[in-house]
Amino acid sequence: MAASDHIVGRGPNAGARVFSGLMPRAEAVAIPLGALLAGFLAFSLFLLFLGKSPAEFYGLVWKAGFSSAFSWQNTLSRVAPLIMAALCVALPARLGLVVIGGEGAIVLGGLAAGVTGTHVAGPLGMVLMALSAMVLGGLWIGAIGALRIKRGVNETISSLLMAYIAIALFNHFVEGPFRDPGSLNKPSTAPLDAALRVGEMPFIAAHWGVAAGVIACVLCWILIDRTTLGFAARIAGDNIRAAQVQGLPVGPLVIGFTALGGAWAGLAGFFEVAAVHGSANASLIAGYGYTGILIAFLARHNPLAILPVAVLMAGFEASSGLIQRRMDLPDATILVFEGMVFIIILLSEALYGRLRIFSPGYWESR
Amino acid sequence: METVDIGLWGVPLAILGGAIRVSTPFIFVSLGECLTERSGRINLGLEGTLVFGAMSGYAVAYETNSAFFGVLAAAFAGLLFGLVHGWICKFKGVNDIAIGIAMMLLGMGLAFFFGKPYVQPVAPDLPAISFGWWSSIPQVQAALQVNVLFLLGGLLAVFMTWMFRATRVGLIVRVVGDSTDAARAMGLDPDLVRLLATGVGGALAGIGGAYLSLYYPGSWNEGISSGQGLMAIALVIFARWSPANCFWAALLFGGAGALGPALQSVGVTQGYYLFFAAPYVLTLALLILTSSTERSMQGAPLELSLTK
Repeated sequence: MAASDHIVGRGPNAGARVFSGLMPRAEAVAIPLGALLAGFLAFSLFLLFLGKSPAEFYGLVWKAGFSSAFSWQNTLSRVAPLIMAALCVALPARLGLVVIGGEGAIVLGGLAAGVTGTHVAGPLGMVLMALSAMVLGGLWIGAIGALRIKRGVNETISSLLMAYIAIALFNHFVEGPFRDPGSLNKPSTAPLDAALRVGEMPFIAAHWGVAAGVIACVLCWILIDRTTLGFAARIAGDNIRAAQVQGLPVGPLVIGFTALGGAWAGLAGFFEVAAVHGSANASLIAGYGYTGILIAFLARHNPLAILPVAVLMAGFEASSGLIQRRMDLPDATILVFEGMVFIIILLSEALYGRLRIFSPGYWESR
Repeated sequence: METVDIGLWGVPLAILGGAIRVSTPFIFVSLGECLTERSGRINLGLEGTLVFGAMSGYAVAYETNSAFFGVLAAAFAGLLFGLVHGWICKFKGVNDIAIGIAMMLLGMGLAFFFGKPYVQPVAPDLPAISFGWWSSIPQVQAALQVNVLFLLGGLLAVFMTWMFRATRVGLIVRVVGDSTDAARAMGLDPDLVRLLATGVGGALAGIGGAYLSLYYPGSWNEGISSGQGLMAIALVIFARWSPANCFWAALLFGGAGALGPALQSVGVTQGYYLFFAAPYVLTLALLILTSSTERSMQGAPLELSLTK
C-alpha cells in the first residue's frame, strides 16, 4: 500500500532512508574536509613548484602540531586567545554585525589585567583581574554596538578605528604611567606575583585558558541555539526590520551581544598576561584579533565549530618554527599555507546544496 | 641642509608636509576600494595587496633599476590579486568579507615569502617634484617635495568623480552596485563588471604599496604597512563612496598622523604615543558626528554586503 507507506513515513528502502536523513549532516562535514584536502593539494603544488617536498612539509606540520603530547602542548598553548577572539566576531555576526576590531579588546583586557594585578593578591585577586579584563573588553566592543544602534555608525569601521586607538592607549600606558621602572628593553607593567599567575591544567599540558575557551564556546552555543534570547538574536540577524516590527528588543540585543563578545576578547587578554607573558607588554599585540575573524567566518559563526577550527589554526602556527629550520623556508611559509587553505575552504561554501549526493531526494529515489 | 628656526610655524608646515607624504597610499587604496565597492562588492584583502605591491614593486625596481617598472609590476600584481578575489566572490554563498581576510593573509604571506632576499638591497626611489623653490627656508622646501604619485592620485580622484557622474562606464558600475537585477535586465553581466572593478581596484592598491617601498618610507621590510590597507577601506565608508571625498579623507588622515612628530619637533613630548591615535580619533569623531540612524549610510551602493 503505497499511500499508507507514505503516511507512516516508511520508504521503499530502509537503507536509503537512513542515508537521506544523514546526508544533510554529512554535507556539513564532508564539504569542509574535502576543501581542506583540496587546499593541502594546492599548497603541495606550490611547494613542488619551489622544489620542496610536500610530504616533508605535512610530516612536519603533523609532528610539530598534533603528533605527541609535547606538540599538543605547543598547539593548545596558542589556542585560547584564538577561540575567544573568534567569539568576539561570531556573537555580533549572529546579529548581522561585522566587528573586526577584537584586537583592541584583547590588548585593553590584557592591560586591565596587568594593572589590576599590581594592586591585588590571592585567588580573589585573580578573579578581579579576569573581571576587570572582561569589563573593559566588554565596554570597548559594547560601545561599538551602542554607536551602531544609537547613532547609526557602521560597526566595521568603528571597530577597526577603535582597535588602533586601543593599541595607542595601550602603548601610552605601558610606556608611561603604568611602566615598571625595571623593564628596560621591553616596557611592561610590573611583573605579576607568582600567586596571580594562571597555571596549567592537570593531565593536559596547557593553561586554564583553554578550558575557559571551551566553556565560553559551549555557553555561547547554548545562548544562541537554546534560549529565547538567542532565538530573538537570530531573527534580528536575519532581518532587523522584521525583528523590530515583532517588538523584539533589537537595541539591547545588539549592545549585549557585542559587549559579550568584547568580554571574551578581554578575557583572552587576561590569559595572555596571567598565563603566558606575566605582565602586560607589546607581546599582547600579536594579531590574534585578526586571526579570530578568519576562524569565526570559517566556523560560520557557530561557537562549537570555532573549537576545531581554532585548534587547526593553532597547530599550523605551532609548526612554523620547525618548518623554517628543517626545510630552510621563510617563516612566512605558514601564512601562505593558511591563506591558500582558507581561501579554498571559503570557496567550498558555494557547494552547499549543489552536490546531488547530499540531497535527501537523491537517496529516496533509488 | 641647514635648518632655520621658524618656531611654531613648523607645526602646521610639518602637518602639511606629512599629509602629502603619508596620504598617497591611502589615496590609491581608497580610490581602488571605492571603485570596487561602487560595483557592490567589498575587498578587505587590499591590505595584503598593498604589502605584496610594496614587495613586488621594490623587487622589480631593484632588478630593472627603474622605479617606473617597479610601479608597473606592483599594479600588475595588484590586478592579479583583485581578479582572484573578484572571481572567487562571484560564486553564490561565498562571503566576500571572509575571502578578503584570507586574501590578506595570502598576500602578506606571499610578500614575506618572496621578499626575504630584498630586505637588504637598495632600489631606486620614485622621483619627486619640488614645489618649494620659491622659498629659501629648508623646512618649506622639504614639506613641498611632492611625489608624482600623489599628483596622479589627485588627478585620479577627479577623473573617477567625472567617470561616475558622466560616463557610460561609471553608470554601468553604479547600476551593478545598486541592483544586480536591474543590471541583468539592462543586459549587463554583473559578475564581469564586479570582476573588472575588483581587478582595477587591486591594481590601484598595488600602486599604493609601491609608493610605500619606493618613496616613503622608501625601503622594503616586513613591517612596511601599519594597516594602511585596512584603514583605507574604512576611509571609503567615511568618504561615503565619493572619490573626491576619498582624496580629502586620505589627506586629513595623513595630516592628523603627522601631528605627533610635528609637536615633538617643537619640544612637546608629553603623550607621544597618544598622538599616534590622533588620526583614528579624528576619523571616529567625524564619523559619529556625520552618522545618523534616520538616514543611515547615504551614498552606499545598495548591493554592498557590508551595509545591507
